[in-house]
Amino acid sequence: MQTVAAVSSGSGSSSGVPAPLRGILPVLVALPVLLALEWLLSDSPFAIYLLSIMGVNVILAVSLNIVNGMTGQFSIGHAGFMAVGAYIAGVTSLALKDVALSFLPVGVSDQVFLFVALLVGGSASALAGFLVGLPSLRLRGDYLAIVTLGFGEIIRVVVTNTEAFGRALGLSGIPQTSSMAMVGFWVFLVVLTARRIAGSSHGRSLWAIREDEVAAEAMGVNTTGYKVRAFVISSFFAGVAGGLFAHFVPIINPGSFTFVKSMEIVVMVVLGGLGSTTGAIVAAVFLTLLPEGLRSAFTTFGSGSNLAQQVDQIRMPVYGMLLVVLMLARPQGLFGTKEFWEVVPRWIPRRRKGM
Amino acid sequence: MRRFAPMLLAAFTLFAAACEKKSQPAPSGDKAQGGQAAQPATAGGAPAETNTLLLGVVTSLSGTQATFGSSTRNGIDLALKEANAAGGVKGKKLEMRVYDNQGKPEEAAQATTRLITQDKALLILGDVASSNSLAMADKAQAAGVPMITHSSTNPSVTEKGDYIFRVCFIDPFQGFVMAKFARENLKIGQVAILQDNKSAYSIGLTEVFTRAFTEMGGKIPATESYSQGDTDFRAQLTTIKKTKPQAIYVPGYYNDVGLIARQARELGLTTPMLGGDGWDSEKLFELAGDALDGSYFSNHYSPGNSDPKVQKFIADYKAAYGGEPDAFAALSYDAAKVAIAALEKAKDVSGPSIRDAIAQTKDFPGVAGTITLDEKRNAVKSAAILKVAKGKTEFVTTVNP
Amino acid sequence: MSQLFQHLINGIATGTIYALVALGYTMVYGVLKLINFAHGDVMMVGVYMGYATALMLGRQAQSSPWGVLLIFLVAMGGCALMGFLIERFAYRPLREKPRLTALITAIGISFTLSYGFQLDIGFLPGSAPRAFPQIIKPVQWFTLGDPEFPDVVLWNWQVLSLLVAVVLMMGLQYLVYRTRFGRAMRAVSFDHRVAALMGIPTDRVISLTFMIGSALAAGAGLLYAIKDTSVSPLMGLYVGLKAFVAAVIGGIGNVPGAVVGALLLGLVEEFVVGYAASTWRDAVAFGFLILVLLVRPGGLFGRVAAEKV
Repeated sequence: MQTVAAVSSGSGSSSGVPAPLRGILPVLVALPVLLALEWLLSDSPFAIYLLSIMGVNVILAVSLNIVNGMTGQFSIGHAGFMAVGAYIAGVTSLALKDVALSFLPVGVSDQVFLFVALLVGGSASALAGFLVGLPSLRLRGDYLAIVTLGFGEIIRVVVTNTEAFGRALGLSGIPQTSSMAMVGFWVFLVVLTARRIAGSSHGRSLWAIREDEVAAEAMGVNTTGYKVRAFVISSFFAGVAGGLFAHFVPIINPGSFTFVKSMEIVVMVVLGGLGSTTGAIVAAVFLTLLPEGLRSAFTTFGSGSNLAQQVDQIRMPVYGMLLVVLMLARPQGLFGTKEFWEVVPRWIPRRRKGM
Repeated sequence: MRRFAPMLLAAFTLFAAACEKKSQPAPSGDKAQGGQAAQPATAGGAPAETNTLLLGVVTSLSGTQATFGSSTRNGIDLALKEANAAGGVKGKKLEMRVYDNQGKPEEAAQATTRLITQDKALLILGDVASSNSLAMADKAQAAGVPMITHSSTNPSVTEKGDYIFRVCFIDPFQGFVMAKFARENLKIGQVAILQDNKSAYSIGLTEVFTRAFTEMGGKIPATESYSQGDTDFRAQLTTIKKTKPQAIYVPGYYNDVGLIARQARELGLTTPMLGGDGWDSEKLFELAGDALDGSYFSNHYSPGNSDPKVQKFIADYKAAYGGEPDAFAALSYDAAKVAIAALEKAKDVSGPSIRDAIAQTKDFPGVAGTITLDEKRNAVKSAAILKVAKGKTEFVTTVNP
Repeated sequence: MSQLFQHLINGIATGTIYALVALGYTMVYGVLKLINFAHGDVMMVGVYMGYATALMLGRQAQSSPWGVLLIFLVAMGGCALMGFLIERFAYRPLREKPRLTALITAIGISFTLSYGFQLDIGFLPGSAPRAFPQIIKPVQWFTLGDPEFPDVVLWNWQVLSLLVAVVLMMGLQYLVYRTRFGRAMRAVSFDHRVAALMGIPTDRVISLTFMIGSALAAGAGLLYAIKDTSVSPLMGLYVGLKAFVAAVIGGIGNVPGAVVGALLLGLVEEFVVGYAASTWRDAVAFGFLILVLLVRPGGLFGRVAAEKV
């Protein structure tokens, strides 16, 4: 238990904290930071939007990392779970649109209902994860991949054909109650969960499955059980990410949850380093900012020229080429299976010696 | 855990008991939006010191709708070039900045927010697909920046708020026009439908057409679906063929319709086809060959229109970008023209004054029909019915609203 | 009844195209254990090469037998070269690395090609679909019912594509099981390190497999373009996905399996659209896949090898 806490907070400083507080200490630290962020950004809609998208991508990447990175299972249907969460949470919020908690100010009451909607969306997604995972996690690597992909596509067809989900036009009118604090809170929660899993005996079993499934089974690890649990946790957070997404994007439609989206999440995980939570975070942040950064870079060409009209189209091919180059340059991902604080200290002393 | 259960239950009961109908907040949500609108709107007017006026364009430059996006961009580009050649607006040059939304609403919302807050665009133009326009409208309305959509025909787009305008007719009108034409002019009783299940436009037209056509005493023996970007429609067409319809209504976009027509003829299905403004492109005839001869579609204007304004537009467009302009190019050109006229007319370049100027648009001579905006900020326009013959369109009749 | 025949013809025609693309998938997977996500996009590039050649030849020459041959040769040769380059520079450096890594470069290449071809700069074609010239003159080989208003139509190219698919499948089967190169391929597939120790030039074998797979994709793409008379930058994405599904249904890595899986998938899709609900086509296709995998976890013809420790 002691080691778990030490690993999860990343610096062993929690030993001075009274035991009952240890579990929620990170929460107590994170909340004021998030609220301050919320207040600081309140008049910069673009920053909020970008940070929200970034937060959603971080949640998606970190949660997929639990399955793809830590357990070594290859799921490429994460967008499907995101869709389940987005639509269920969206419908829940639409149903609860006109109710409020009388004893709370409107803003706070909205956040409470958002939280409820996210829990509902996440749970629905976790249930879907359970239903998909239970039979299909017995399949070998690539076969599992194609089943998860198929599931994602099936979800999309279901949504496209359901009147309550707005069919092709999409679901609009969902109260836009998402806030930086809420997004940050869930980012924080998913990271905490991932770190706690990684450090626990549960996580050790997952690593064992990843390294050698047969050996793990021989050592008495109930591989299917662990895989399904990892899958359910992962899809829960994907659902929450989808729910958040639905509360700051004015309209959600099936076109946002294609298998290309799933692939983008896989790319984040692999680029960050399979199994590295901080790697997934860095990669998600980097890949979210990259297209927007390319946009900024290209607009400096001036918007009058013919080139400038084309540049926004050039972003995507450039993105593709960058992926190839990045993977060739660093095949193990940015951090390998290590975490940020395990990698960076090794860089710093070396630089000092150079100077 | 067991200790927590009663507490959880209690918390939940309290929570449930405290739930009540939002009495004030619901309308105040709208008001809050309006209040917000006023504030950033002044920010929108801030860059007046620069010597250019920036129009923001968000459209699909990649993905399945990219071909409509490039038409959109070209149409707006042409309108701006003409305005700049004539000396610009208020002594300033017009500029546009085009962002790609990849056909996804979240990208559309992001690009719109960027245009408004970072690039300080005075006005937003776009997009084709109604889902994307809805996402953009939400952001534009909240920021108090006027937005004109050139070809999103879903009625809900302009219902987003008083800063959102549209220069084309809406789905209910167009679907009704074709149903009426089929029943009364062509005297047809049985029409099968092949709709694009991935496009809200196509689903909307299908619903309206079905309702109107059955009300007029017609029958719809089959409604089949495809997905945008499919290239094989033989299964649907084989099923439709069995029902022996007198015509097939295909409210889709031209890149699919061309292939559908060809494959229908290949299967021995020779009945005429009916369609909407999504058909309008010379590419349609390249893709369909002569398979569409004898078919009809509703459109905003007729390219064969001898009006010098229309002919000049077509000639200029050809010279600048090669190829005939399609409906999206014509409509985006009109939208840009309306925007430019409003900028000229507005007393300053703040959001509310531009908005007021756009709202006053009346009898504006566009290439895709005369534009008058009604109190719902939709264009009141007549629809033209065109007939396809030998890779060309022939004007048949005009239907007024 | 006549409707059933027509659906059968349509379904087999669709399945044939899936089969040809799936063959390439399956070969590459066989030797590299890599899901080559760029396969569909290589196919798309091949079709554009054929399209450009056809335009250069002009209306007369493109539909002559030599013209058609030239179009196919250019497209298949060009794609083989492209496959070689992709394998050499994007996959080979990562061969000893985790398999997911090469998958990401495959996705990167797929994005680069499919989005790159949507630009209209230089030789790139732009996003609008183009009509593919009818290089094989369509002839009705068989009709049923009133000749003016036929119930069932069978076209020459439908039969032709099926023949090509079957011949190619048999050729590949011969190549894999009856030739020295095939033996080398199977050895590399079994364990490329051991194969290298046995004196098999693994790099060359893998390169060649890639080139054959890519050339197959180009050929498949051309038949597809002839069938559906159009070419567009996004055509590879979806056909690639469906072909991959077909390969998995048949048991990925298995040559006859890919063809059978593809024909089955084509028929299932056709009958869902024809007799049930057309809006549910893709859901049923993937549902069918999941069902097959649950019953036979290695695909219809695949074997689940017991892992040794």
